[in-house]
Amino acid sequence: MSGLSPSLRVFRGLLKELREIHGTTYKNTLAYNYVIDQFRKNGVLFQVTGERQCRARQEALHLSQAYLCLLRSTREHLALHKLYHGKGDRGLAEMASLVGLRLPSQPGGKGWEE
Amino acid sequence: MLRSIVRLQCQLGSSRTLLKYCSRDPASNFSIQSNAYSSAMTERRKFYKDVSIAQGEGGVYEVHLDRRKLKTPGGKLFTVPNESLAVAVATEWDAQKETLKYYSMHLTTLCNTAIDNPTHRDKQQMITASLKFVETDTVCYRIDDPPALVELQKNEWDPVLHWIENRYNVEIGSSYNILGPEIPAATIDTFRQHLNSYNFWSLTGLEFVITQLKSVVLSLALIDRHLTVEEAVLLSRLEEEYQIERWGSVEWCHDYDMYELRARTAAGALFVQLSSEMSSVKRKLMQDC
Repeated sequence: MSGLSPSLRVFRGLLKELREIHGTTYKNTLAYNYVIDQFRKNGVLFQVTGERQCRARQEALHLSQAYLCLLRSTREHLALHKLYHGKGDRGLAEMASLVGLRLPSQPGGKGWEE
Repeated sequence: MLRSIVRLQCQLGSSRTLLKYCSRDPASNFSIQSNAYSSAMTERRKFYKDVSIAQGEGGVYEVHLDRRKLKTPGGKLFTVPNESLAVAVATEWDAQKETLKYYSMHLTTLCNTAIDNPTHRDKQQMITASLKFVETDTVCYRIDDPPALVELQKNEWDPVLHWIENRYNVEIGSSYNILGPEIPAATIDTFRQHLNSYNFWSLTGLEFVITQLKSVVLSLALIDRHLTVEEAVLLSRLEEEYQIERWGSVEWCHDYDMYELRARTAAGALFVQLSSEMSSVKRKLMQDC
């Protein structure tokens, strides 16, 4: 991996994140096509010469790094949320059934319910 | 009904993440919110399959969920000025699984705030609010104990301070005082002028980043591409990271906060950069290379 340029590393990271989001059909998505397009335009994929100090390329690199960070951290954050976050209270019917009771059924609905 | 909303608020953590707007004072907006987006508070099931974008009139882009056009919580049509932002927002919606987790859709939230402007603020008010952070900037507030932390602050924060002093030709000191450093009025004016050059959308994003990182210096360094998002977040959380090194990390608190901060800051930075880039300028830059 040390041989990869930073932009290629970001590119691989982005593709991996998109694959995590969409699964096997990630190649048909908007984001995938857009990413491929942008990297192609900036000469990353089919680079002939070496790294030129190009301001637009630096800008594009920073932008893609920010997007990679966004995708990655949203995924990690959601994973941690799912793992640790409380599920909140159970519904009323569920709580009643925990102690073996059942809520009464009122055919007309309770007065204060809409 | 109200009680379940409150319970849901506690459940989802800070009420700021809960609401679709990134407002700082939920109490005052609560009555509006509970009408307009009480549906946003409960978890909605994903009601669409495909997400696409389309170009509307005036060159703006819309996001379509199945056949329906996406709308903001305020009821307006959701439009963004360029394609990149539209693709990113569409990806956020596309990434949702069975339920919609609004608190993970940071770009959508930012766009909604920019479009609806629920607190009806103008540019000057936003600039004033952002500049309030200069006086209590994280990077300027130093602690004088323990010595390892003092060293760390000096090594990590001083370079950024020097960078921003050179870049903007301003004077910002750091201080060990509880009152903070004395920021000369000229510095505030320079920053004000600089912030004025951003358009309303970029300013929304920039203010969001400043509020997240609690630092104008770090936010400007990030937006000017001097720091990456990960670096900016690390510098913002320097003391916490130091304590984590010493005492260990608690995953459900430290990592959770770090990833959340990273996600929001990344979204804000992306939002600012995409809102302030003009496609014609970009084309010219590419031609120059």
